[in-house]
Amino acid sequence: MSAIPKPVMRLIEELSRLPGVGPKTASRLTYFLLRSPAEQVVSLAEAIRQVKERTVRCSICFNIADTSPCSICSDPNRDPTQICVVEEPLDVLALERTRQYHGLYHVLEGAISPVEGIGPGELRIRELLDRLRNTTVHEVVLATNPNLEGEATAMYIAQQISPLGIRVTRLARGLPVGADLEYADAVTLAQALEGRREV
Amino acid sequence: MPHRERIYRTEAIVLKHSNFGEADRLLTVYTPYLGKLRLLAKGIRKPTSRKAGHLESFTRTQLLVARGRNLDIITQAQMIEPYVALRRNLWRMSHAYYVGELVDRFSEEHSENQSLYRLLADVLGWICESPNLALTMRFFELRMLGLVGYRPQLFHCLQCNAPLEPVINCFSAEEGGALCPRCGEGERGAKPIPLGALKVLRYMQTHDYAECTALQLHQATHTTLEEILQDYLVYILERRLKSVEFLNILRRSGLTTTAK
Repeated sequence: MSAIPKPVMRLIEELSRLPGVGPKTASRLTYFLLRSPAEQVVSLAEAIRQVKERTVRCSICFNIADTSPCSICSDPNRDPTQICVVEEPLDVLALERTRQYHGLYHVLEGAISPVEGIGPGELRIRELLDRLRNTTVHEVVLATNPNLEGEATAMYIAQQISPLGIRVTRLARGLPVGADLEYADAVTLAQALEGRREV
Repeated sequence: MPHRERIYRTEAIVLKHSNFGEADRLLTVYTPYLGKLRLLAKGIRKPTSRKAGHLESFTRTQLLVARGRNLDIITQAQMIEPYVALRRNLWRMSHAYYVGELVDRFSEEHSENQSLYRLLADVLGWICESPNLALTMRFFELRMLGLVGYRPQLFHCLQCNAPLEPVINCFSAEEGGALCPRCGEGERGAKPIPLGALKVLRYMQTHDYAECTALQLHQATHTTLEEILQDYLVYILERRLKSVEFLNILRRSGLTTTAK
């Protein structure tokens, strides 16, 4: 016999499925919600429901959007000859924050990870190649993460694109703003040296 | 554990990572004296992390680790060997993944195996340079099996103990080595092993890597060796290796170049 009412137990279980939320945090959140005004809780529940019901995957770039095609894919001011390939929808947000990129995107929904059994077939790579064959694209910018999985993904895609004769570029690597040279690793520093520029 | 200081220092090779919390990563590393460890690297998904570059998969790195309640936490990291060449070529990289998966599967946490650590460090270097990755992999598989207690018997029949004759013998994953044709015949799961392939396995078991790189093998022998060892590995692990699937995808797509 548990002292915790069933609905409370259920919410704790549901919340502890979220990333970074353990059973303790889940209980704390649950009891916080129990103490909150009813309208706030309903509003949260409604928001959770709508996040699934009112969003779609853009049929062109696979970003999360409220319409398909998404607002970026259907924007006439964006340059359709450039496609930037990213791993996750959050990466699109990060790139948009730069306001430097005006082309389109393609979200892979992950990166190649052989030990987790995520191969090219699990990602939206075939869709990317179809897109490249059917539209005029001059440049593909590979913006996967600069870690091993991201590199594997970028190299695989680059090799798949090469027969199409489209220019493929990779985001530059080097030192982040605010970094300390003495803590830089040799690989990053070497790449920063390779890519040095006239000032 | 030999000592209970709050902080310890170890060399390590990063085998794999998974994301953890907001900006952390849980790393699986292999160390010379502590065997496999799972360590928490805090904040390394932020671009300004001082540790991130030093803790990429398949780098050899010097760590300072603080004991935590559940997980130990990496406080400092200084890369020793980045194995750059395996990061710049997809085919080489996918072999590193394979090696990483094998070592991860065949090792236990906190179980010291210095020779396996040395082999792992060596094989990552070989992967960077090897002109014949198939040979490098077979050598690694055979040596690793020996170091974790599954050294296949290749000189005597495992059932009747007679020295093997220079004929087509059998290899049985279940028995853990070779069987003479007579004993192998009735044995379920025993597969014929051509003499050439058996000799190569023996040679690799008894000679060092530099000597083995001189071997020139037919494609057919390569294929046989790969099948035999893969069968044996899968039999011991009781599961398929996921990175092998990726190697096969690359093979099917013809992406097996090692140039650049």
